[in-house]
Amino acid sequence: MRKFLLSSIIIILAIIYIGRLSYLQLVDSSSQNPLDDTAIKAVYDYPERGHIYDRNKNLLVANQAFYDVMVIPREVKPLDTLEFCQLLNITKEDFDSKYKKAYTYSPRLPSVFLPQLSKKEYATFQEKMRKYEGFYIQKRSLRHYMTDAGSNFLGYISEVNERDLKNKPYYQSGELIGRQGVEQEYEEILRGRKGVKFIQKDRFNRVIGPYKNGMYDTLPDQGKDIRLTIDNALQKYGEELMVNKRGGIVAIEPSSGEILALVTAPSYDPELLVGRKRSKNYTELYYDSIAKPTYDRGLLAQYPPGSPFKTLNALIGLQEGVIDENTTFTCYHGYKYGRRFMGCHCPSGSRNNLDRGIYESCNAYFANTYRRIIEKYPTAAEGMGVWEKHIRSFGLGDYLGYDLPIGKSGKVPSPEYYNRAYGENRWYSTFTLSNAIGQGEVLTTPIQLANMTATIANRGYYYTPHIIKSIENDTIDIHKFKTKHQTTIDPEHFEPVIKGMNDVFIKGTAKWIQIPDISIAGKTGTAENFVKVDGQRMQLTDHSIFIAFAPVEDPKIAIAVFVENGYWGSRWAGRIAGLMIEKYIKGEITRKDMEKFVLEGSLQEEYEKPYSKKPFSINDGKKMIIPESSTENKVSAAQ
Amino acid sequence: MIKKFDWLTILIYFLLVAIGWINIYSATYKGPDESIFNLNELYGKQMMFIIASVVMIVIVLSIEAKFYERFSSVIYLASLLLLLGLFVFGKNINGATSWYAIGGMTLQPSEFAKAATALALSKYLSDIQTNILEFKGLMRAVIIIALPALIIIPQPDPGSALVYASFFFVLHREGLSPWYLMIGFVAVLLFALTLMFGTIWVSLGTALLLTLIYFVSKKSKKRLSILQLTGILLVSIVFSYSVNFIFENVFEQRHRDRFSLWLRLEDDPAKLETIRRTIGYNTYQSESAIGSGGLMGKGFLEGTRTKGDFVPEQHTDYIFSTVGEEWGFIGTATVVLLFTILILRLQYLAERQKSAFSRMYGYSVAAIIFFHFAINIGMVIGLLPTIGIPLPFFSYGGSGLMGFTILLFIFIKLDANRINEW
Repeated sequence: MRKFLLSSIIIILAIIYIGRLSYLQLVDSSSQNPLDDTAIKAVYDYPERGHIYDRNKNLLVANQAFYDVMVIPREVKPLDTLEFCQLLNITKEDFDSKYKKAYTYSPRLPSVFLPQLSKKEYATFQEKMRKYEGFYIQKRSLRHYMTDAGSNFLGYISEVNERDLKNKPYYQSGELIGRQGVEQEYEEILRGRKGVKFIQKDRFNRVIGPYKNGMYDTLPDQGKDIRLTIDNALQKYGEELMVNKRGGIVAIEPSSGEILALVTAPSYDPELLVGRKRSKNYTELYYDSIAKPTYDRGLLAQYPPGSPFKTLNALIGLQEGVIDENTTFTCYHGYKYGRRFMGCHCPSGSRNNLDRGIYESCNAYFANTYRRIIEKYPTAAEGMGVWEKHIRSFGLGDYLGYDLPIGKSGKVPSPEYYNRAYGENRWYSTFTLSNAIGQGEVLTTPIQLANMTATIANRGYYYTPHIIKSIENDTIDIHKFKTKHQTTIDPEHFEPVIKGMNDVFIKGTAKWIQIPDISIAGKTGTAENFVKVDGQRMQLTDHSIFIAFAPVEDPKIAIAVFVENGYWGSRWAGRIAGLMIEKYIKGEITRKDMEKFVLEGSLQEEYEKPYSKKPFSINDGKKMIIPESSTENKVSAAQ
Repeated sequence: MIKKFDWLTILIYFLLVAIGWINIYSATYKGPDESIFNLNELYGKQMMFIIASVVMIVIVLSIEAKFYERFSSVIYLASLLLLLGLFVFGKNINGATSWYAIGGMTLQPSEFAKAATALALSKYLSDIQTNILEFKGLMRAVIIIALPALIIIPQPDPGSALVYASFFFVLHREGLSPWYLMIGFVAVLLFALTLMFGTIWVSLGTALLLTLIYFVSKKSKKRLSILQLTGILLVSIVFSYSVNFIFENVFEQRHRDRFSLWLRLEDDPAKLETIRRTIGYNTYQSESAIGSGGLMGKGFLEGTRTKGDFVPEQHTDYIFSTVGEEWGFIGTATVVLLFTILILRLQYLAERQKSAFSRMYGYSVAAIIFFHFAINIGMVIGLLPTIGIPLPFFSYGGSGLMGFTILLFIFIKLDANRINEW
């Protein structure tokens, strides 16, 4: 027994110690992450973020360096305060209060002593800086905008938040990330890749050399410059035209799918979201829930397309062989089907062929065409299926796949949709007749409409709209932007429709907004719309819509414009489309009268109507809308 | 003669010395381009100590085995004189007057006194007339053990003095009643439990345990009477209360913190953080360094915490943390196993001795090395409170290495000579 005491204890102890060691070294891994190692510090080297240019190589977004004077109070040695203050152009009192503030924050940690030195101040201070121990300069790079337009697609940069840190392991707290627009979409290209140096420190936090001789260090990859397809002059002009209006303009180069302009109104100066004031400004913009300046109407607003949609029905009618360019329908100041009636502004008894149907925007013509398409097939569902397939081949009803981070799919109704609504085989073409004139279940976004216009301009195909032109002098090599999307309509059917659209300017709904010397094909549209204000559904003045492309023979630009509550398609949207086309093709404006009308015109009064709580008229006084709250007021006043 | 040496022990000795030096090299390494014999660097000095130890081994093994038994008293008295001389000629290093400075060298006599005490104790116990079961015999043995310890305590070097407690293993082996060890063990247990759970719970627990013992051992002839058990209970309660009293009123805050750290008494994170940065700094850094090594370790000279000097006294008392960081669990487990094998081997060798003197000396060697190993590694891995004693053969220091080498090799010589002992 006595012989075994020591050996038992040593064996038990060895087991306990090995157990403890396996806990420390194998189980508890809290001290094994090298980044958590107090002995190693990672120092990052941030590359400069890439610049952003427009299609004509105008610089839109650059960087500006800010130089902050930093201080670590504990390391500060007695200094010549007078000279120091003179260098930085501050008073002795400033110095004392700033120093005290920094010291209160932490004597050990660096804090900003004086933010954002000018280059000149920086230069003079830098020469003398080594005299002042504990002070140093920290360079910060922020965006610098050379344009006041395009904030909606440029996006901005801001510090990463908790969620980014969790989902994107690349980022460290305090780093910047692109938000919205191309800053988000091309984040990795613009950002480049930060370099890192691992530094070995001793327990006094002194640097004692590189960690493992720099084995894990990396050099930064420079951020690349990108060139957008946007024409900044056109973009800027579009934003000017949209002042005091709400809505969007999307212009596309049909032959390539390049987005020439992407205007949303109201908008804001991108410089508002730079630096210290970003947060405050963003909150203000974000919480403007009525004008919604941060809401990109060009990409997100879904509206019934209205009359421009008739062009597609014409094309489908031709493709399906149910009409030809000579097919004539009589309009009875509208179209009667069953007990219902679809009004039209044609005089009763007008006999319209396809050309006239388009340029007069005859509802009856397209009601007939639409019924013929659907009724060509044994059941409405089959006919609807064919129709849907044709419509979708124009890129409607789906996200287009463009290179911006936001979008809406719009809506193209399918036979299944109506089956669900009415029951299988319990609905007929007339049930869905509003689709004929773009007022039914169809919803489109302005960029979809612009793409549809580009497709017509191309006589049957489109390239996915995109905003990237090139990355650091390399032309883009993104397959999906080089793929031709062919529609289901044969090319020969486009000419009669385009002729009708051209006649819109020559003798139709847009004849008094012609642009000299440019042959334009276009189509006006108005779309009814409703809003809810304080829980009450109210009709407001129709949206003004216009699509166009020009020149007719060799299209350079296809455009979709919509102006909220602008009423007639030609009044606002048509004028704006014409001016944009002239600006892009000629570079100057000859229709100064039209320009003056648009620039000086304001729809603010129209926008305030639903919030006035008083009865108001819409559509040029054709209809009165009486908000509930105002009737109550009236009643109480009468008593 | 050479064939009779226990080569396993010698092999482990050289392995430990070699591994120790490699880690001292890493812990004190400043940069490349330095000779390993550079005497300005600690690893260079340690290399010299190793060479000197090898010379010492040759000398120790060459001396006639009987010499050690015959001259044990002289050696013991000489070492006592050397320890006493420190009060007059001693040099103060790091707050302890434990060194003689001779030329550029320093000598720490307490490292040699262990071997001398082991020799003297073995000599006394092996005397045919000694009976430690009698009070007089036991007292004399205790005095032999306690004298050097009492001289060392006020240097102050309580850690080195504590090592003399290891001789109780020898007394126990030679017939000392197990009650002494038992009482000692129970006292430590009661001490820790009182601090952890408070006097009331400890008293209740003891009462419950003693009641249990009473009923379980009812049939046993050696059972304790109710009176005896009540006595034990009373003593325990009084002890527990006095522990509490001493802890709260006699101990200073730094002592209390040390025990709080050891027994993990503190659970307020703010206070824990303070303890980590003050009294628990060494332990925290050492645990982190070991933990960061993982299974395979970071590799030779790659330990970031070692390079950054985060663990204080890393080349001496905390050398084991370098093993942990650079060689990982593989390294630490290897070292623990080497020590375990060495101690078991020494005990085995001691048991096979034919002369009582050799057996007791062997036992002393095993117990001393065991004590150092247990306390040092327990401290470095955070299981025991901070008690500054070196890891045998491993820690930097000439006196320590020489002292342990002599201690061990005297036994190897005795062992090799055992067949001549008739």
